[in-house]
Amino acid sequence: MPDQAQLLPGTLDLLILRAVSLGPLHGYGILLRIAQISGNALLVEQGALYPGLFRLVRQGLLKASWGTSENNRRAKFYELTAAGCRRLREETENWNRLATAIGTALAAQPEEA
Amino acid sequence: MNIFGWFRSVFAKLFRGSAIADEMNEELRSHIQLRADDLERSGISRAEAERRARIDFGGYEHYREESNEAFGAHFIETFLQDIRYSLRVLRNSPGFALVAVFTLALAIGANAVVFGVLNALILRPLNLPDTQSLHAIQRGKDHAINHSYLDYLDLRDRNHSFDDLAAYTVTSVGLDTGNNPTSAWIFETTGNYFDVLGVQPFLGRFYHRPDEHGPNSAPFIVLTHAYWHSHFQDDRGVVGREVQVNKHPFTILGVAPPEFHGNLLFLAPDFWVPLVNQEQVEGLYVLNQRGNRDLMMVLGHRKSGVKPAQAIADLNSVGTWMQKNNPNDDGDMTFSLASPALAGDWLGGPMRQFLTGLMLLAGLILLAACANLGSLFAAHAADRSREIALRLALGSSRRRIVRHVFTEALLISLMGGAVGLGGSVMLLRGLSVWRPLSTVAPDLHVPVSPDGRVYAIALLLALASGMLFGAVPVRQVLRTNPYEVVKSDSSGKIRRRITVRDLMLIAQIAICAVLVTSSLVAVRGLVRSLNSKFGFDPKNAMIVSTDLNMAGYRGDSLPPMQKRIIEALLAIPGVKAVGLIDREPLYFGANDTTVFTDKTADLRPSKAAAQPMLYNVSPGYFGAARTTLLAGRDFTWHDDKSAPRIAVVNREFAERIFGSVPRAIGAYFKGSDGMRVQVVGVVEDGKYASLTEDRQPALFLPIAQSGSGQANLAVRSNRDPQQLDAAIKSTLRNLDAGLPFTIELWQNSLKDSALFAPRVATMALGVLGFMGAVLSVAGIFGMAAYSVSKRLRELGIRVALGAQRREVLEAALGRALKLLAFGSAAGLVLGLLATRVLAYIVYQATPRDPLVMTGVVLAMALLGLVATWIPARRALSVDPMKLLREE
Repeated sequence: MPDQAQLLPGTLDLLILRAVSLGPLHGYGILLRIAQISGNALLVEQGALYPGLFRLVRQGLLKASWGTSENNRRAKFYELTAAGCRRLREETENWNRLATAIGTALAAQPEEA
Repeated sequence: MNIFGWFRSVFAKLFRGSAIADEMNEELRSHIQLRADDLERSGISRAEAERRARIDFGGYEHYREESNEAFGAHFIETFLQDIRYSLRVLRNSPGFALVAVFTLALAIGANAVVFGVLNALILRPLNLPDTQSLHAIQRGKDHAINHSYLDYLDLRDRNHSFDDLAAYTVTSVGLDTGNNPTSAWIFETTGNYFDVLGVQPFLGRFYHRPDEHGPNSAPFIVLTHAYWHSHFQDDRGVVGREVQVNKHPFTILGVAPPEFHGNLLFLAPDFWVPLVNQEQVEGLYVLNQRGNRDLMMVLGHRKSGVKPAQAIADLNSVGTWMQKNNPNDDGDMTFSLASPALAGDWLGGPMRQFLTGLMLLAGLILLAACANLGSLFAAHAADRSREIALRLALGSSRRRIVRHVFTEALLISLMGGAVGLGGSVMLLRGLSVWRPLSTVAPDLHVPVSPDGRVYAIALLLALASGMLFGAVPVRQVLRTNPYEVVKSDSSGKIRRRITVRDLMLIAQIAICAVLVTSSLVAVRGLVRSLNSKFGFDPKNAMIVSTDLNMAGYRGDSLPPMQKRIIEALLAIPGVKAVGLIDREPLYFGANDTTVFTDKTADLRPSKAAAQPMLYNVSPGYFGAARTTLLAGRDFTWHDDKSAPRIAVVNREFAERIFGSVPRAIGAYFKGSDGMRVQVVGVVEDGKYASLTEDRQPALFLPIAQSGSGQANLAVRSNRDPQQLDAAIKSTLRNLDAGLPFTIELWQNSLKDSALFAPRVATMALGVLGFMGAVLSVAGIFGMAAYSVSKRLRELGIRVALGAQRREVLEAALGRALKLLAFGSAAGLVLGLLATRVLAYIVYQATPRDPLVMTGVVLAMALLGLVATWIPARRALSVDPMKLLREE
């Protein structure tokens, strides 16, 4: 998959929050959702998702409950807590500011005299 | 995150640890299933789909661990996991676990026992109020603990730095409560003794300073609780009762509380008596003689706010005053402070030295055990290198594996520590109730019951050693290259260079050889002291000990009674010789006196010609004791108070004062009282105060001229000791039924006194040496067995190719034996250096003894043989066909 980009460190948490904000999902579902909303442009190794998920649960940003998947498998579903919603908003703003700043910096042309 | 949440998850981990781990596993597995479902839908087989799903997932183990970490309570969770895992590993190799626990239990046990004794005797304070400020006063450069009563009075009344000073001396008396006279150990104390120590009576009252009004004014006794219990059956009516002490009426004033046994750690008196009644108790009164330093100890509490150095300076200024006022008697009057519990440096010094030495050796045992366990662990890790490699390949971190190794080491060390501590607690309890000298001093004991400090030290040592030997295989784990190991058979490589494990083994064997050397030196020293020249012959002789004072004989009535006893004993059929001496030589210290040359007029101690040991003996003593008379004559019964004063001296005395033995006969010297004494005989030199002493001058005076009530009768006969024992008993009863006495083989009596310390030392060193031997056997065995099992296939091929038995053995065990030789040589050299320390305790502990050297070499060779026997058998029984088929 040549046109997939590696994730920047720290961005996986943001992506997870974003994916779950669209509705409760199990772990595999989150991966699919990330692929879908990023247009298959981001590479996430599957196992790497879980340490991030558990970290977010521990921080109280996600809550988890067991349920049944669409093809009748037992799976754990994650959804945002109130704190999670708040964090997603903050992180999104942060990210946008950062992206704009970096974009601006990279787009800047040398000033002509 | 809020702190409660964290706690909740920690506790959830702790109590539902495995449930959560299961849940996590289930979640990860369900992920893989879901992925496989998707892949299957794209048209590949289920099996292939699941395989791809697993690959897509990445390092399962790695992510599981990372998830675990992310989940929180990481430390405790993984810690519990590590423990569960380690227990499983240990259960799978029970032999390894057993050997490791046993080795460590041995080492921790030895350390706990030695520390327990050290703690009880040296570190733990007496069970008395304010022991930090309680000091015994020592005199002079050699820290003498004994003082004269007049010196004590000056010290007490002229110092400004102690609240008060008490003094006491230890003696034995006959106590008659109405029926049978028994002999008892007592402290004769100054009236303020109990007040100085701050003790309150359990029953009745104590005597105090106002009770003293000059000689024999206070005929009181205070019982210890234990004696009251054993001899008066806890009778509360004893207070006010009259009893006979050496035939003098004394009134029981009270009973001391159960926890107070006097201020000596190892000797509890049966009761206390005021010192002013010395004449009644000992049959002589020396409190008015400044030169008679008969008090065992002077002790008291330093005033609060006075520093020890200030107190010493104060005492020294009193000393200067005393020297100026009593130039005839007081020599070196400088003072120092010491702990009263072990009689200052007199007992405390050698004991501290001995125990420190022992602690060092016990530490060596622990070090050897750590080396042993280190190599065991290294071998264990090497055996598991495939497993470790697999775990690494599956994404487990090296840190985690190292933590496993440490967890295992700590588990082993805790188990070993617990077992060792259990054993040592039992041993210490046994030691505490042990009465080493039950015949002469039934109250003498070693109170060493363990306390919290012993447990803490054992735990600490266990943990420290766990960390120590756990660290050995770490480098190995860190350098494991999973690809190499998985690819090749781990047993395929044999490295020829010196490995850590080899060094460990050499160190261990060296340490063990040191221990074996020192125990052999000690045993050899003991054997020598048993066979050395004492200046008398304790073999085939009985010693009958009594004190005529206990039966009421005094002054002029003493010599006739002594003569009657000797004649009565001589009349027993089969008795060949009987002689009397007031103090058994080599029996718990000795009396000495000062003598001057005949020309000396100035009788100050500094002008003395010698400080000889002093004994009062009867005619015939030298014959009965088999002390060789070198020149002159023995005493006769005519050498009494009306005859001129005469003496027999030993060779050292004769040579030091008169120049030679022949010149001594008929020559004169002056006694401490200035009287001229003529030498009539010279006997051979002997040992008087201790086995390790240099040649000492000794002075023997005729018993009829000195009037001592103490009597030790040497009885030499060719009869069976038991029959003789009965005959002596009935003879003495017929003479005087009120005379308490003990009868013992002279050799046994010596064993309990002069030989006691070397015996204990030999026992202790013997045990440590034995432990060292066991450890080295374990170490060599482990190494040899391991190398044989690793190379079985190679050995099989060698046998198949026609190798001879010798060659097989050389291949299998050569390395182990070479290491053994290296280690033993190093240990022997170290041991020879270290055993110098032993010379303090063990008589003639010269390590440069060819017998000891050969002994060590033989012992190590024997140990090597024992340890390699089973591995050698295994190597020789290799069946190449079977082996190659199995592979």
